Amino acid sequence: MPFDWSPLWLSLRYAGLATLCSVPLGVLLAWLLAHRHFAGSELLDAAANLPLVLPPAVLVYYSLAGLGRWPLVFNWHAAVIVSTIYTLPLLMRISRAGFEAVDHSFENAARSLGASEWRIFWRITAPLAWRALLAAILAGFARSLADFGITAIVATGAAWLGLLIGVVGLAALYFGNRLRRGWVWA
Amino acid sequence: MIEVRLAGLGVEAEFQAAAGITALFGPAGAGKTLILDAIAGFVTPGNGRILLDDEILFDGASGVNLPPRLRRCGYISRHWALFPHMSLRDNLLFPLARFARLERHRRVKEMLERFALHEAAPRRPHEVSAAERLKCTVARALIGESKLLLADEPASGLDIGLRAEWHKALRLVRDETELPVLLATRELDTCFELAGTMLVLDGGRILQSGPPQNVLDQPANVEAARLLGIRNVFSAEIMALDPGRNTSRLKLDNFELTGPYFPGRLRGDRVWLCVQAVDLRVGPHDGSKPQANQVPARLERALEMPRAVRLEFAGSIVAEIPRQEFERQKDNKEWLVEFPPQALRVV
Repeated sequence: MPFDWSPLWLSLRYAGLATLCSVPLGVLLAWLLAHRHFAGSELLDAAANLPLVLPPAVLVYYSLAGLGRWPLVFNWHAAVIVSTIYTLPLLMRISRAGFEAVDHSFENAARSLGASEWRIFWRITAPLAWRALLAAILAGFARSLADFGITAIVATGAAWLGLLIGVVGLAALYFGNRLRRGWVWA
Repeated sequence: MIEVRLAGLGVEAEFQAAAGITALFGPAGAGKTLILDAIAGFVTPGNGRILLDDEILFDGASGVNLPPRLRRCGYISRHWALFPHMSLRDNLLFPLARFARLERHRRVKEMLERFALHEAAPRRPHEVSAAERLKCTVARALIGESKLLLADEPASGLDIGLRAEWHKALRLVRDETELPVLLATRELDTCFELAGTMLVLDGGRILQSGPPQNVLDQPANVEAARLLGIRNVFSAEIMALDPGRNTSRLKLDNFELTGPYFPGRLRGDRVWLCVQAVDLRVGPHDGSKPQANQVPARLERALEMPRAVRLEFAGSIVAEIPRQEFERQKDNKEWLVEFPPQALRVV
C-alpha cells in the first residue's frame, strides 16, 4: 500500500498559506504597536493577542460566525482564514519584540537623513530585525502546521476530531504538568 | 540661522544660533537632548516655534510640524548610529537617494577625501577604527543638504585621542561650512575650545548665554556659577559701595572683603559672591596681622590634579595652585588665602 502523503501536504499547504497571509498583517501590526502610540493602540494590542488566549474551538466558532459562515461551511478558504487569525498574535509578538530591540537612534538618524518611514522600514528596521522576523515567520508557520485541530474542524467538518485533539492535548498538558511536579493524583 | 522658542515637555527655552558652534552646556537632565530632538522633529514640544533660515519647522500656534525627513537637520547622536549592516560608503550614500547617480558618487568621493576615509569606505562600521566611525558619522550628517548640524554629546565617554578627533572634525565643519552647529555637552573645556556661544542649561531652562569666557567671568546667577564649576560661592551682604573709588565692602559669615564697585547693587543687598578657585592666592601665615582681603584658613585637604593641586580649606574655601607652587609651600603650618578684588563677582 503506497504511503499517503496527502495529510502532510494538506497541512503544509494550509500552514504556508496561513503564514503568507499573516506575515503582512502581523508585521504591520507589530511595527505600528512598536513605533506608534495612538488612541486605541492598547485596545488593538489586546484584540490582536486575543486569539492567543482563546481555545481553538471557540476561535473557530466566532471566526466563522464573524465571516458569516455559520452554520459551519467547510472549505479551505475558511480553514486558511481561521488559521491566519490563530497564527497572527504569535507572529506579531515576536516581530514586535524584534522591532523594539532595534535601537531607535538608527531610525532617527535615517529620518534626519531624509528617509521616509517606508524606506526606513526596508533599509534599516527590517534588516536589523531580520532574525526576529525570520523567527516570527517560522514560529507562525510551525504553530499553523501544528494546529491540526483547527484544520480538521474547518476543512473536514470533523468537529469531533478537533475537539478530541483539543481535549487530549489539554489532558496531556494537565497531566504532563502534574507529572513534572512529581505527583499525579494528589 | 536657527531661532528656537520652546515650551512644554519640561523645557522652556528661547535662543538663536548663527553659523558656528553654539554649545548647549548643562548637566544630565538639563534638557539638552530634548531641545535637539525637538529641533530635529523626533519629539513634538507642547508649544513654541522653530525657524530655520525663515522656514518654519514647528509652530505650535498654527499647527505646523514638519516631519524630521523634511527638516534638513543633520543629527549626530551620542551612539553615532552608523548603520551597522552597511559599509561606510553605503552609509554615506544613504542620505543621497534623491540625487542623480553621478552627483551621489561625486559627493561621496568628496567626503571620503575630506575625512580621509577612502581605505575604510568598503568596510562595515564594526570593521573600522572608532576614529573612522566617528569621522564617517560627521561626514554622513553633512553629505546631504543639511542646513543645521545637531550633535548630542557624541564625545561623552571617549578617550583623549578620540575626543581630539571629534574636536578636529567639528573644527573642520566650523571653518569650512556656514552651518550653525548646536552641540550638547557637559564639558566646559569643549565649550571653550569649540564654541563661539554657549547656553547654560539646567532643569529645562536657559540660565545664561554668551561667549564662554564672558559667561565664566560673570555668571548670571548662583546656579549658573555652580554649573560652571565655580567652587567658591558665598552668601554675602554689601556693607558699602563707593563708585568714586570703584570699591565696595562685603561682609561674609566670618570675614570681610574689599571688592570693586558693583553697578546696580545697593548697600544692604544680600548677594552671592563667586570667586574661581584659580584666582585665589595662597601663602604661609607667619602670625602677623593679615593684609586687606587676606583670610587665615586651615587646610583640610590637598587634592592632586594633572597640572595643579586643589587646596580645600575650612569654610568651604577652595584654591587651585600650580604643582610647583604647592611643592614650595606644602610645609606651611598656617595658611593665608587672599581674595584679589578684581576676581570677586557678585550674582
